[in-house]
Amino acid sequence: MNATKAATPRRRMAAPQAIFSTVFKARESGIVLALILLIAFTATRNSRFLSAQSIRDILLGTAILAVLAVGQAIVMITRNIDLSVGSVLGLSAFAVGSLLRDNQGVPVIVALLAGLVLGGACGVLNGVLVRFGQVPALGTLYALRGVNYLWAGGQQINADRLPESFLDFGNQAILGVPWLVLIGLVVLAVATIVLRGYRAGRELYAMGSSPQAAELAGIKVSRNTIAAFLVSGALAGLAGVLFAARFGTIDAAAGTGYELNVVAAAVVGGVAVFGGSGTVWGASLGALLLTVIGSCLAVLDINQFWQQAIVGALILLAIGADRLVASRVARALRKRDSHV
Amino acid sequence: MTTMTSRLLAGVLVAGLVGSLAACGGTTKDSAGANSGGTQSTAAADPNAAAKQGVKMAFLPKQLNNPYSDIEVSGGKTALEELKGEYKLVGPNDASASSQVSYINTLIQQQQDVIGIAANDSNAVCPSLNQARGAGVKVVAFDSDAARDCRDVFVNQASTQGIGDKLVELASKLAGGSGEVAILSATPNATNQNAWIEVVRADLAKPEHSGLKLVKIAYGNDDDQKSFQEAQGLLQSYPNLKVIISPTTVGIAAAARYLSSSSYKGKVALTGLGTPNQLREYVKNGTVTEFALWKPADVGYLAAYAGVALASGQITGAQGQKFKAGRLGDYTIGANGEIVLGPPTVFDSANIDNFTF
Repeated sequence: MNATKAATPRRRMAAPQAIFSTVFKARESGIVLALILLIAFTATRNSRFLSAQSIRDILLGTAILAVLAVGQAIVMITRNIDLSVGSVLGLSAFAVGSLLRDNQGVPVIVALLAGLVLGGACGVLNGVLVRFGQVPALGTLYALRGVNYLWAGGQQINADRLPESFLDFGNQAILGVPWLVLIGLVVLAVATIVLRGYRAGRELYAMGSSPQAAELAGIKVSRNTIAAFLVSGALAGLAGVLFAARFGTIDAAAGTGYELNVVAAAVVGGVAVFGGSGTVWGASLGALLLTVIGSCLAVLDINQFWQQAIVGALILLAIGADRLVASRVARALRKRDSHV
Repeated sequence: MTTMTSRLLAGVLVAGLVGSLAACGGTTKDSAGANSGGTQSTAAADPNAAAKQGVKMAFLPKQLNNPYSDIEVSGGKTALEELKGEYKLVGPNDASASSQVSYINTLIQQQQDVIGIAANDSNAVCPSLNQARGAGVKVVAFDSDAARDCRDVFVNQASTQGIGDKLVELASKLAGGSGEVAILSATPNATNQNAWIEVVRADLAKPEHSGLKLVKIAYGNDDDQKSFQEAQGLLQSYPNLKVIISPTTVGIAAAARYLSSSSYKGKVALTGLGTPNQLREYVKNGTVTEFALWKPADVGYLAAYAGVALASGQITGAQGQKFKAGRLGDYTIGANGEIVLGPPTVFDSANIDNFTF
């Protein structure tokens, strides 16, 4: 159903391309519109919502979720789902936290790399299990959390045990942009470029659109699946380091339940659950939207029980819109074919 | 005829059932009486009896290797050294409801004098505990109570009233007696949180706190991100906010981290319940001036003194009985065999480095 969309290389079929671009425009502009309405409404109720402090808070909050959502989008595009990201985040946060606690002199860049490597290793494990074991990443959600509990036990890493430089990294900005936000933007930019313009990126869309066709076309599905999980895992590991820097308190339960927020961000951002379509840009917008909703509800003094209901409604809306758009595109293509 | 028979049969059956039920009840009562392990301890206490030496007391926390439990039982160890008793520590690796039962049974066989237990499930441990009491073992619940009729006393770390009062006292001090305060709690349905919040509300309604106004109760769900957002929401919605009270360890740490990195640092005060390790950084950088918590080691310490007092016959668990608890001073047993440790300890920059939990 979604097969016909993004997987199609842009060079061919000029006419359908117009349909695609309007579809994508519509999809992402919908989120942007929702964002604008939400922010405008909240700002009229409380002008402090648009203060520099508030905007900074929202962007910082979005950065971690967006890094995870970019990874998730890459996996979902291949028609898989990575449910272990919350556990990988927790494991990475605790691992890097204890590394820094025991070695105060470790520079931040080493901490970031350590998180990436650890997360990447978990991602490869996931990819292999999913591809060759035919088991979903749900298993590693629990297994990795178990490892974390076993290792961390009741320990808690507190801010006073973390190096000052690392805690500053969680708050400070370079040229007015907080480090965490900058990292999120770099991740987003690299992923966008690779998925749009490189063969490896296009192959992921092809796999998600039609795994069998992709295999027959000579795409190395196994290798690409593992690579997608590797990227998602590495980004979850990176997010773990950002989490540790931002919150400064880490225990074995860090990141519990994050996977669902991440999937929600990706889906709301237009990444199809059935693979083959969506952008990391959209997923990041989804992350921004969910974060803004959380902040707005807090500012508007709305009962927090509503928050989950609103997120749920947004997901239903996103999936509903996706099905609608997909069937329209399919019909449009059929019509075109019949004329030929 | 047939109806007659069936009626007769039914009658016999009912009589039999009633009889056997009565027999059951009788047995329970008898054994309870014989073992003096009943709910209402009627045996006379001798407050002047000498504290026995060599009392064997075993601690059974919710779970081993939990840092909080470890500190609690370490207090018990200290107390038993002072009392020349024998300390023992056993426990499960998981805090599930039934995991403690087999340990209780083993302790009965080992003929311990006292079992100190932090019950994972107030009812699941009951049959075993009553079996222990039947065998003459005294049972001291601490931290988390077992059902009332299967332990002799319960050492409560702090009363709901005591915590609520302390929170208001701290907030009032930080606000300078008047201004807006808000609460950052855990989940909207956390029993202990809500009980404390009720006390805070009641205290704020009193005339001496008429200057303080509770503007909002926010719920951070004990999640870092959510607590951050709720703290941000409070600060944006209430520009005149003076104090945030967070009676949850996750919430207070998150709020402290947020405040310390925001433009509100130094303008809005934060207090609540947290551990010294969690908040040391923020006390030192000036984000937090004062916060409170009970000392976990004192919970175990008091439990051990209560256990030895029970084993020595100084107390039986009835309301109004008094006993001495070493450096903590004198304690009186309250209603339902409850012994309250006392008001929570207040931590600030002067004393925080004396604590490592």
